[in-house]
Amino acid sequence: MGLALTLLTLVVALAITWRLLGSYIAALFDGRLHFLSAIERPVYRLLGTDPSHEQSWKRYAGALVVFSAVSLAITYAVLRLQGHLPLNPQHLRGVAPVLSFNTAVSFVTNTNWQNYAGETTMSYFSQVGALMVQQFVSAAVGIAVAVALVRGFARRGSSTIGNFWVDITRTMLYLLVPIAFLTGVVFVAQGAVQTFAGPATVHDVLNGVTQVIARGPAAFMESIKQLGTNGGGFFNANSAMPLENPTGLTNFLSIYLVLAIPVALTYTFGKMVGSVRHGVALVSVMILLFGAWASVTIAAEHQNNPAVAAAGVTSHVGNTVGKEVRFGDTSSALFAVASTQTSTGSADASYDSFTPLGGLGLMSGMMMGEVTPGGVGSGLYTLLIYAIIAVFIGGLMIGRTPEYLGKKIQAREVKLAGLAALVMPLAVLIATALAVSTASGRAGPLNAGPHGFSEILYAFTSQGNNNGSAFAGLSGNTPFYNVVGAIDMLIGRFAIIVPVLALAGSLAAQGAVPESLGTFRTDNGMFVGLTIGVVLIIGGLTFFPAVALGPVVEQLAHGRFF
Amino acid sequence: MTSSSPTTATAPHGVVRTRGLFDPAILRHATLQSLTKLDPRVQVRNPVMFVVLVGSLVTLVEALAHPGVFVWSITVWLFLTVIFANFAEAMAEGRGRAQADTLRRMRTETQARRLRPDGTEEHVPAASLAKDDLVVCEAGDVIPSDGEITEGIASVDESAITGESAPVIRESGGDRSAVTGGTTVLSDRIVVRITAERGHTFIDRMIALVEGAQRQKTPNEIALTILLSVLTIIFLPVVVTLVPFANFAHGSVSIVVLVALLVCLIPTTIGALLSAIGIAGMDRLVQRNVLAMSGRAVEAAGDVQTLLLDKTGTITLGNRMAATFIPVGSYREQDVADVAQLASMADETPEGRSIVVLAKERFNIRSRDGLDDAQFVEFSATTRMSGLDLGSRSIRKGATESIKGWVVDQGGTIPPDLDEIVQRVSRSGSTPLAVADGASIVGVVELKDVVKEGIREKFEQMRQMGIRTVMITGDNPLTAAAIAQEAGVDDFLAEATPEAKMALIKQEQAGGKLVAMTGDGTNDAPALAQADVGVAMNTGTTAAKEAGNMVDLDSNPTKLIDVVEIGKQLLITRGSLTTFSIANDIAKYFAIIPALFVATYPQLGALNVMHLHSPQSAILSAVIFNALVIVALIPLALRGVSFRATSSAAILRRNVLVYGVGGVIVPFVGIKVIDLLLVALHAY
Repeated sequence: MGLALTLLTLVVALAITWRLLGSYIAALFDGRLHFLSAIERPVYRLLGTDPSHEQSWKRYAGALVVFSAVSLAITYAVLRLQGHLPLNPQHLRGVAPVLSFNTAVSFVTNTNWQNYAGETTMSYFSQVGALMVQQFVSAAVGIAVAVALVRGFARRGSSTIGNFWVDITRTMLYLLVPIAFLTGVVFVAQGAVQTFAGPATVHDVLNGVTQVIARGPAAFMESIKQLGTNGGGFFNANSAMPLENPTGLTNFLSIYLVLAIPVALTYTFGKMVGSVRHGVALVSVMILLFGAWASVTIAAEHQNNPAVAAAGVTSHVGNTVGKEVRFGDTSSALFAVASTQTSTGSADASYDSFTPLGGLGLMSGMMMGEVTPGGVGSGLYTLLIYAIIAVFIGGLMIGRTPEYLGKKIQAREVKLAGLAALVMPLAVLIATALAVSTASGRAGPLNAGPHGFSEILYAFTSQGNNNGSAFAGLSGNTPFYNVVGAIDMLIGRFAIIVPVLALAGSLAAQGAVPESLGTFRTDNGMFVGLTIGVVLIIGGLTFFPAVALGPVVEQLAHGRFF
Repeated sequence: MTSSSPTTATAPHGVVRTRGLFDPAILRHATLQSLTKLDPRVQVRNPVMFVVLVGSLVTLVEALAHPGVFVWSITVWLFLTVIFANFAEAMAEGRGRAQADTLRRMRTETQARRLRPDGTEEHVPAASLAKDDLVVCEAGDVIPSDGEITEGIASVDESAITGESAPVIRESGGDRSAVTGGTTVLSDRIVVRITAERGHTFIDRMIALVEGAQRQKTPNEIALTILLSVLTIIFLPVVVTLVPFANFAHGSVSIVVLVALLVCLIPTTIGALLSAIGIAGMDRLVQRNVLAMSGRAVEAAGDVQTLLLDKTGTITLGNRMAATFIPVGSYREQDVADVAQLASMADETPEGRSIVVLAKERFNIRSRDGLDDAQFVEFSATTRMSGLDLGSRSIRKGATESIKGWVVDQGGTIPPDLDEIVQRVSRSGSTPLAVADGASIVGVVELKDVVKEGIREKFEQMRQMGIRTVMITGDNPLTAAAIAQEAGVDDFLAEATPEAKMALIKQEQAGGKLVAMTGDGTNDAPALAQADVGVAMNTGTTAAKEAGNMVDLDSNPTKLIDVVEIGKQLLITRGSLTTFSIANDIAKYFAIIPALFVATYPQLGALNVMHLHSPQSAILSAVIFNALVIVALIPLALRGVSFRATSSAAILRRNVLVYGVGGVIVPFVGIKVIDLLLVALHAY
């Protein structure tokens, strides 16, 4: 497929599911879907929760933190004990403590940063029973938080924001499991591997070599990897591996799947707050920023890599270094932008080999806080944080106490939104500073100078934004990077979720100010522009100096930007 | 509603003396204050400027340790940044203080004539009066403290607080019994029961308010301060992490430059002007003779979605005026005019006088002789008629039903077309007044409410701003509907009782709306207290003034609309300057980042899009721009950004363009110009 056709198909497919999936999710959380209640009821009995009983924001957040802590402990235990657990045909030993910690945090926070190679480190049980399970539930947690925040906007004078246990159960049963299963079948049909048999040994008679080919239950992990914006692949090569991402169709499906839920959730938002126009405004912010970043990155990858060109090698099909020939430069660039701007982090090419400008496109996409469209749930709730800040400034500019969907944005809301917006840049910058100023941190990057700096900055930006994509070129499996990275991921996830839930509680408790002609419109082009402005300004102003010292210097070293 | 309302908002004298924006006396005081305010205990209240102060102390230490032109220049300009911020605040406070001084002079130290229980008088200092003391005031006496007249009637000169030179009548009982300490009795004798002790009088509160002594941050101000703190906290690690980043690149950055970068990035412009904007907003209200009891009330005014406006005095001129004479039966129009004029000869009410005027205009009927023997009949609430008896001839005018009864009593008959005419007049919103000559009804005088000029356009603007106007009137629904339509209000409450008014406010508030109203009577007090913005008329009762959160010294209810505009303007000024402040950062980055790292990575010189002379001149230019922009914006902060009553979308578009886009462009130009000047002055 050519780029134009790919884009057209993608847009049409997303437009259809924006509406269908979006209203389906709204129906799900408005409690209008019950066809699986026969499975739901025993689950609630097991969890000991009364599905009709809702929680205050504090209880909701408490349940979420407890659930995530237990998930973390179980995942850690499975990785450590995998040598004693079944489904381990390669007889792999337990994973080292710090790596287990980093990996457990990584999958619980929906980051999927991988300081290991899956096929040589993880047993099938660890992959499926620990990591893949987290790929489902961490996505469900993100969606639950987003829905709780949306309820905050939709409700009037309510002391509760939903029931966490019900929300994640229903997300799993009605949304993630069915879609992941159906699309997993497509991956299998296209040739992705799905087996519990051990690695295959192939003897090449012609050359007289024996090759061991890693296999495993990869296909169904692949579908939730993309659908849940997780990104952690079964194999080390991730989506560049033919057994994980076999054809152009699965490659396209991957791009579609990472975008599907984050985009559709804006329709859910509009539907639940009673104004689809408000959902359209948010999706417009996402589309415009995504479009701009995709254009720059694709254009950058469609030209020669300046470093390679300087060595006298020119190519007429763009920057092919580190790219799968099956997918080519533009498709790989589109995949990369979709993956980095959705907090997925899967890769069908080596991002380290992108042109400096292309690499900047990927890194800066994450620096905008993963809102274009961002991760499942996290994209929506983070964008709403930026929208609240835009509403506050814009609302003042028209001479009214700012309000968004009838909810007043005052000291408490600004404090919580500010806190949530503050966390990510803080975590990323401090972690990067720590790495460049300690010997153990400086030992990480393979390259010196600005490219080495980019590698470190990219790693912590990726983890702080729960993206998980890697720039490569960084030896991450060291105690320093495992521990600092894990803290970066935890902060980037939970230090945002808790203020967001507090915000949900504060908004839900409010009544609603009726709309009038004097109200700041939050469903038109001006609002879209202001929100884009806030996203760009917060991301831009916080990361400009760091970016200037990394990719900008690299690109300028070759004298030009294009 | 009393009729002493002046119509202009600007007063010739009194509390409010319009001062130029840069009154020399205020300027002198503010300059001094801007230095004394450097006290860290003062600065810590403003997190943004506190960071600047700490930063300038750091560079000061550096300048003392390693002296040099650059480091000293930076240090001086950083201190100037704080001083300019202090200056802005001191300017705003100074304007309030000047008004307070005028007020303070009014607090009399005179003797009060206190009444002993036995009825004899004693002279005591005004300061020693207690609540519920009775004092006597006669012509020429200054009323010693706030109180309520318990007996007597007097004309009082209240110009000291209202600026209105015409004396007002104050009398015991009813809604005009309140007197304010510091005002002067011009005639007659009154006994006043003191209601406020020294230090708690109306003037004392006014002094505290205009001085800003009790100034508490308003909800939006608190929220904005939090946002500004967040922006400050974000930039701290951004700047601090540059040290390890630079080391990694085998470069180094000096602490002075880092402080300069931090100060340029944190929102100093809005941080410096924030409190000045708030104080100036209160000041603007005072300029229009409105005293707000709290900044919160001013802010709430900007949020108001429903305005309850009294018909009389706000929407219509105070009084109804005769508009037409309508004959009944076989009478002619001129007969009606003739009889009505005769009936009104002794009627000194505005309505009666308007009949005389109309009769003269239409039929040239003038005052006549032969009335010396006439017996004038005063209007009374029981008869609801007035007129005169001229020998055996009795002439009456009054409410239709009363006149009808009177005519029937005289043995007359009711003309068949009377009822139809009366109904027609009522339906059109006017008041019919029947006129009878002896036993026969001559005709009807139509008394019309005159809607104030320009009020319709005002309501149209309110509608565009999304504010609903509701007219409150004691009239019947028919009359009310007609006037409401003529004035262009959105809704009306007819036959309004205090209870109905209260119910309406609660109903609006239940829907989440903020309500503003004006009132003056004691029976308005509960509603004034319930409303989010309650403007009490200064002519009103003490109860009303206590209940409301604003007092209009001019007692001009139309000013409610001004109050709303000032509230909005206050928020717009804050929002616009915040946007401007943040937008400025882009240019500052392009000035400082290349300057910081060009030695390490020469290729970063490409980011020096302004082509600034040298790294040092670039950094200094950014710091100087950052400081000077505060000074440049002081007039805007004090005056408020221009406000036009249009739709929110239009206001937003304009402000985003001016302060957002402008805020991006202006510093690029400003920093370049300063850099050129530095070079021209051979500073670099």
